[in-house]
Amino acid sequence: MKPAVLTGEHYITGDVACAEGAIAAGCKFFGAYPITPATEVAEHMAERLPDVNGTFIQMEDEIAAIASILGAAWTGTKSMTATSGPGFSLMMENLGLGVCTETPCVIINVQRTGPSTGLPTLTGQGDMMQARWGSHGDYEIIALAPASPQDCFYHTILAFNLSEKYRVPVLVMADEIVGHMSEKVIIPDASKIKLIDRPKPRGRKDRFKLYEPGPNGVAPMPAIGDGYNVHVTGLTHDERGYPAMSVEAQEQMMTNLKGKIRNNLDDIIETEEYKMDDADIVIVSYGISVRTGLTAVDEARKLGYKAGLLRLVTVWPFPEQMIKDIAERVRGLITVEINLGQVHYEVERCAGGKAPAYLVGSAGGKIIHPDKVIELIKETF
Amino acid sequence: MAFWREPLDAQEIQVTKGIVYIIEDRCKGCGYCIEFCPKEILAFADKFNNKGYHPPFAVRPDDCVNCHYCEIICPEFAIYSAEDPQSSTTTPPVNPF
Amino acid sequence: MTKNPKKYNKQPVHPLDDLIRTDRIPHIWCSGCGIGTVFSSCLKAIKATEIPYNRFTMVSGIGCSARGAGYVNLDSFHTTHGRAIPFASGIKMANPDLKVIVFSGDGDLFAIGGNHFIHAARRNMDITVVCVNNLTYGMTGGQVAATTPNNANTTTTPFGNPDSPFNLPLMAYASGASYVARWTILHTRDLTDSINEAINKKGFSFIEVLSPCPINYGRRNKEKPLDTLKLYQDNTIIKNGADPVTADIDFNRGVILGKFVDTERNTCDDMYASTCHRPCSDD
Repeated sequence: MKPAVLTGEHYITGDVACAEGAIAAGCKFFGAYPITPATEVAEHMAERLPDVNGTFIQMEDEIAAIASILGAAWTGTKSMTATSGPGFSLMMENLGLGVCTETPCVIINVQRTGPSTGLPTLTGQGDMMQARWGSHGDYEIIALAPASPQDCFYHTILAFNLSEKYRVPVLVMADEIVGHMSEKVIIPDASKIKLIDRPKPRGRKDRFKLYEPGPNGVAPMPAIGDGYNVHVTGLTHDERGYPAMSVEAQEQMMTNLKGKIRNNLDDIIETEEYKMDDADIVIVSYGISVRTGLTAVDEARKLGYKAGLLRLVTVWPFPEQMIKDIAERVRGLITVEINLGQVHYEVERCAGGKAPAYLVGSAGGKIIHPDKVIELIKETF
Repeated sequence: MAFWREPLDAQEIQVTKGIVYIIEDRCKGCGYCIEFCPKEILAFADKFNNKGYHPPFAVRPDDCVNCHYCEIICPEFAIYSAEDPQSSTTTPPVNPF
Repeated sequence: MTKNPKKYNKQPVHPLDDLIRTDRIPHIWCSGCGIGTVFSSCLKAIKATEIPYNRFTMVSGIGCSARGAGYVNLDSFHTTHGRAIPFASGIKMANPDLKVIVFSGDGDLFAIGGNHFIHAARRNMDITVVCVNNLTYGMTGGQVAATTPNNANTTTTPFGNPDSPFNLPLMAYASGASYVARWTILHTRDLTDSINEAINKKGFSFIEVLSPCPINYGRRNKEKPLDTLKLYQDNTIIKNGADPVTADIDFNRGVILGKFVDTERNTCDDMYASTCHRPCSDD
């Protein structure tokens, strides 16, 4: 039996790295449904979960897959599923259940091109807005975007930590290229991996309220069998968790659901910068398109442009303030993403006219060539 | 209870006596307990409960045999019976389940 | 202290009050609705197992019956429409020590959730599914369901239902369920015993319970609640061990009640443990 953390250097795909990240993060339950290009996550989890005394189950569809991980999460188990576009669409309703019931879990979306069956299975980043708003109603969610297999490993651990800390489903928005490419992945010693577990309730059981926010806005979460007799519902509920059909209850619930994310943005949002110190042209990118951006920055600098890259590790919640600040001091913002404008509009919104926002997008199917970015820079600046 | 012949162990059978309790404000007046009480001891009351339904009341409370059928068919947790402690000391309590 | 033991000054509490969230009573179910009776039977069955309450959990989907989870004083889950069974499967597989009861309606379990039902039965997932079958979608106002009899009037079949209903025990049997039974709310003692037996049974257990929906089904089909119960009394036949093929619902011919299936088969969690949890591996 292999240990949970396979310390050492590996040459593995992003999908496998996601699975190893999950195991290292303490994931003990995986509800699966096969879909290219995310299947390898499930395959590797099926192989690895018995090593850590975990459970793998291949369900009958993606709806069942996400429902099963929500159920598993309430037994106190860290749980995960992985899918791609069509499966992600099927998961949306239960993603909302996860948000509403504040159930920690991780969903990996190895994106491919859509709409519908699209280009099975070439790369795309067209699910970013679906990640933000795909389930009905108003809510907050956390989404990360890995750009390499090494990121896949770390971001999956980060996803588990954030989901446990904030009791919210966390999305890892990989894509086909990241998922299928093999690169060196360094897995550190287990002692170097910081893990966060959900807050557990203390004190008298009869006074316990399931959704009474703790100090950081997040309520402690008991497991089934702990004796708290919780009622968990997707209906609008009060702090006890009981259905409450009133405008006031809805407002209170939404304040809590949004507040626990909106009031902790500094803790949640992660970005990386490349040559940003003196940059007056800023490329904003995430996921695989970060690689386009990195090359484009270097090429643009060779041509005398002061270009820099802002990489969104956390795409949702969106780093609004950071974009606002950058817009104050630059000549332009260029969003690079494999869709025809999704995160671009967020950048434009936050720039608020202080700096022009441009899009280098594509209809999908392949990574965007850095030359397209250079062309835009040459034409515009 | 009427029998077409007297059971051989009729002398040994001790019919339990019960007390029927009604939580009137839980009742929604479906009448199932009244209709299906094997001893027909219940009837609709003339009064209304706080939801505006007529709850049942025991017309012949002494006939209750503590069979728990009203308790088990009531969809509202509004009626139940318990053994009358005065009825008999020799009969073991009936397991309602 | 008690001076006069003959008189009860205080009424004892309802024997099920420890299992219900009394602060949420009255429940939403209409007068004459049978869901409360099925629910009550289910709680009595839970109580009768004498298994500690914290080993139980109740999961439901969406619909009138699915509100049951909100009234039971156990860890309980009111999930999305049709998805109670996969949610429950996740609970069971993540913690096989738990007794997982799915309490939901026919629309939830067999129309939108039909696929999950057959797969959970195929896997022999060790859960107990109690289906309140009122032949209609009650909560949305009485639309045709996958269980509505042919020719019945509903809001979406104003000229009578042109479709045929499922035979639920047959479907459960064909899908691999270990325990299959059908009762009505009138047969509540048998029902309670049956749910008790199903909870103790290792494997996928399914109990269909016929129950009136006087407001949204009965009213359109000229059945008052007591008429429906009379049908249950007069036009049903208890035949334990009957062939599920004969279990279609036709009150003119007589509806068969009883325990149809009670077999032994390895459960999903046992099979996973024995197949996948290797004591040691070559690599």
